[in-house]
Amino acid sequence: MTFDSVEHMVTEATDLEHSARIGATMAGEPNQTGEIPGGPAKMASRNLQVRYGDKQALYDVSLDIPVNEVTAFIGPSGCGKSTYLRCLNRMNDNIDICHVDGSVTLDGREIYAKDQDVVQLRTRIGMVFQKPNPFPKSIFDNVAYGPRIHGIARDREELNGIVLGSLERAGLLDEVRDRLDAPGIGLSGGQQQRLCIARAIAVRPEVILMDEPCSALDPIATERIEELIMELKAQYTIIMVTHSMQQARRVSDKTAFFHLGHLVEHGATSEVFENPQDDRTKDYVTGRIG
Amino acid sequence: MAVLIAASSVAILTTVGIVLSLIFESIQFFRQIPFTDFVFGLHWSPQTAIREDQVGASGAFGAIPLLVGTLLISAIALCVSGPVGLMAAIYLGEYASRRFRATVKPILEALAGIPTVVYGFFAAIVVAPMLRNSGEAIGLEVSSESALAAGLVMGIMTIPFVSSISDDAITAVPESLKEAALGLGSTRSEAIRNVILPAALPGIAGGLLLAASRVIGETMIVVMAAGLAAKLTLNPFEAVTTVTVQIVTLLTGDQEFDSPKTLAAFALGLMLFVVTLALNVTALRIVKAYREQYD
Amino acid sequence: MTEISETQSRVAARLARRHAGEKRFKLLSLGAVWVGLVFLGVLLFTVIGSGHTAFLQTKILLNVTLEETDLGEAGEGGQAQAIAGANYNGVIKRTLRAVFPEARSRSDKRALYRLVSVGAAYEIREAMMEHENPVGTPVAVWVTASDDVDLIIKGTVPRTAPADQRHLSDQQMNWIESLEKTETVKARFNTTFFTSGDSREPELAGVLGGAMGSLYAILVCLAISFPLGVMSAVYLECFAPKNRLTEFIEVNINNLAAVPSIVFGLLGLAIFLNAFMLPRSAPLVGGMVLSLLTLPTIIIAGRAAIKSVPPSVREAALALGASPVQAVFHHVLPLAMPGILTGTIIGTAGALGETAPLLMIGMVAFIVDVPTSVVDPSTVLPVQIFLWSDIPEKAFVERTSAAILVLLSFVCLLNLFAVYLRKRFETRW
Ligand SMILES: Nc1ncnc2c1ncn2[C@@H]1O[C@H](COP(=O)(O)OP(=O)(O)OP(=O)(O)O)[C@@H](O)[C@H]1O
Ligand SMILES: [Mg+2]
Repeated sequence: MTFDSVEHMVTEATDLEHSARIGATMAGEPNQTGEIPGGPAKMASRNLQVRYGDKQALYDVSLDIPVNEVTAFIGPSGCGKSTYLRCLNRMNDNIDICHVDGSVTLDGREIYAKDQDVVQLRTRIGMVFQKPNPFPKSIFDNVAYGPRIHGIARDREELNGIVLGSLERAGLLDEVRDRLDAPGIGLSGGQQQRLCIARAIAVRPEVILMDEPCSALDPIATERIEELIMELKAQYTIIMVTHSMQQARRVSDKTAFFHLGHLVEHGATSEVFENPQDDRTKDYVTGRIG
Repeated sequence: MAVLIAASSVAILTTVGIVLSLIFESIQFFRQIPFTDFVFGLHWSPQTAIREDQVGASGAFGAIPLLVGTLLISAIALCVSGPVGLMAAIYLGEYASRRFRATVKPILEALAGIPTVVYGFFAAIVVAPMLRNSGEAIGLEVSSESALAAGLVMGIMTIPFVSSISDDAITAVPESLKEAALGLGSTRSEAIRNVILPAALPGIAGGLLLAASRVIGETMIVVMAAGLAAKLTLNPFEAVTTVTVQIVTLLTGDQEFDSPKTLAAFALGLMLFVVTLALNVTALRIVKAYREQYD
Repeated sequence: MTEISETQSRVAARLARRHAGEKRFKLLSLGAVWVGLVFLGVLLFTVIGSGHTAFLQTKILLNVTLEETDLGEAGEGGQAQAIAGANYNGVIKRTLRAVFPEARSRSDKRALYRLVSVGAAYEIREAMMEHENPVGTPVAVWVTASDDVDLIIKGTVPRTAPADQRHLSDQQMNWIESLEKTETVKARFNTTFFTSGDSREPELAGVLGGAMGSLYAILVCLAISFPLGVMSAVYLECFAPKNRLTEFIEVNINNLAAVPSIVFGLLGLAIFLNAFMLPRSAPLVGGMVLSLLTLPTIIIAGRAAIKSVPPSVREAALALGASPVQAVFHHVLPLAMPGILTGTIIGTAGALGETAPLLMIGMVAFIVDVPTSVVDPSTVLPVQIFLWSDIPEKAFVERTSAAILVLLSFVCLLNLFAVYLRKRFETRW
């Protein structure tokens, strides 16, 4: 991460609309710019470049994520979807060889700014991973983990409330109410993934990042999660990576298509699937490449 | 092929040899000294048994002071190598830059390659006097050969051992758990303390048991720095003696082979062998079960 | 929305404390690394600091004239035998008295004689025997000074120290100073340390006896453990059926690797010495005991090395009509050799530093002669260190450190060689 470039970007990116319009004029096509027409952007990236060592993984990605909607990232394997997603809560900071250039904003504030606290950022942007990864602790302790380290609950009672509320919202409470002390690993795969969602929302984030949250699950469990995502979007801005085009169509409002590190096309899900502008998108959504 | 099989069975033969020689001599020893005197006796002064008329004099071969001394020194050593080794593994694995790790790790591992007699010399010449002097400075009486000196140096010696085992245990914890903790906004140290270490605990515990068995069987450092006095004490500033020290002392003089004094060394050896074997078997079980948990 | 901002303010309230904790934890763990590094540094610093002086030894230049009256009986060997049998103690005393005629009284004379080592007589003898015609002509010989003089000249003991600490009287100090003025006393490279065995006199003691003992013991150890280890590894990795017995052998090997070394010494004492009646204190027995210690290391390293050879190598050899044994010994084993050697060398380095088990089989005696075979009584380098470390004399303390330096450099060289082997053959496929 080179900070001078970020600082440089921060000044420019404060006026989101301005920079978005620059993107629009340069790219020409309205749905190949960063801007998505419609609701206000919760998060936005401008000219995001990511390198792992010498290998460039993302080129110049500019994209707006609208608030309280589900945005899906699709694209062939290795095209940089996860990389992009992990830039949004700075998970890539943990990888030595990863270099990020460009700008990412949350509510208009640069998240790569020097004074941005990563710990606090991650309370605002939660993450759910591909493989369910509950801690080797009880169900209760799993969900209580975030509130505990951040000191979100004032007392035991409030903590109970947060844990039960989160489990409830994740649609898991009825299944585990009588065994909150049982180990989280003992649950089924789908339940574990919902536990991970409950764990993420227990810190009351505004954005939830999900990297292929259903790819390790069977169809029934997948359906439960998809329903859950659609319920959750009323409260959270959700960004998910998926390899299933059906899932993107069912769940998401907006879709972004990545190819070989480039953001090729994005827009309303129905547009991207039914009326793709780019040949690569067309080939991908019709199943000819990927 | 028969040659190959024969070669492989040398390992078994060695074990059998160890067990037979230890047991055979120990049986002879226990013919002369009652087993209970040996295991529960509070006094160890084998010198008195040299004289014909005192063979088997009651209480001369009580192993308790040696056991207590061994445990005291081992505990001190583990108190050093446990935390230091673990924390060093954490720094090298989680915080250090690649270059730092690449240069420092081999240097730390060199600690394990230094012959123990060198540590013994260092403990006796540098650490023990230093402890005595600093003890004097604060009005504490530290004997010139002390459990503390031997234990500290032994602890340093086992740092690389503990840290390489901790490293294994920590890397065996799936990356996804660490990511989950960081993704929830943990700082690195919170992720390590709350998630990684608890998950790695069985592996680390197994490693500590292995380190314990090392430390219990270590000889030269204690011979050179812990002393010979078979005092029954838990005071780390006093000289204590250990099982291994007594084996060496009993066997390095000139004496006939079947005096109880010589045979006692084998009884001690048997005890040492059984204890370390038990520790190892348990430790290897724990470590193995732990590895399988994450495979 | 208020819920979120409330949460955020609670999170923010704790951030500073948490980051401070993070910093503390990081520093603490860095501290742990430094504990190890500093200890290693202090250890090396101490050993080098106190040991480097032992590589110098003070010598005194004497102009010795051998008189006819000093010669021994000529006998059959003629003049040569007469020179060899001369009374060199007398010669030294006379020479010293000539240099310092002021030493008259008995005690003065005795103090004077004590400036040179008891080994000086042998040195003069040797010089005379090499000389073509020594009788009557003055010959200049650098003889070894006594250890007390040595410590003063090298500055290990300060000249201002009280007489009982420097073990030298004021008069002796004066003599030393006048020798210095004529530049006939000098610290020179200590060859004795590398060319002789143990001695009661520190200035005559050397590590060669221990080093040769170590060499013989290691050779015996390798001669036994290398073939056995390689064959075991080959059998267990390539041919052994997966059954109870194999499993038992494996468990056995793993446990043997963790048995305290002193227990192997007990085995050596009870079986090799008492049952097989092999000689005490011999490198032969030492090597046998060490081989049992290194065997598990070699087997484990050997199996890992064999496992890393791709199975295709063996299959190709089998396809070309080699028998299974041929395939392994001619094709797999050569490829696995670097790995096996690396493990063997590391095991050897460990065996080289091993002390405790050798104490059990009597390699702890005071032995002056350098061993010339594997059955000669001998000691080994680490045991030599142990023996010297017990002697309070200052001159032995520096020699102990120097012997440690010698041992450490051997161990270090072996390990570097192992690292080199590993690097050199790392990515063959
Ligand atoms: N930690 C890393 N180190 C080096 N290269 C990486 C790393 N992570 C990802 N990459 C590289 O970056 C590129 C993008 O990877 P990314 O994981 O973002 O792809 P993806 O679109 O998520 O693929 P998939 O659908 O398979 O998950 C790939 O070429 C990958 O090899
Ligand atoms: Mg991915």
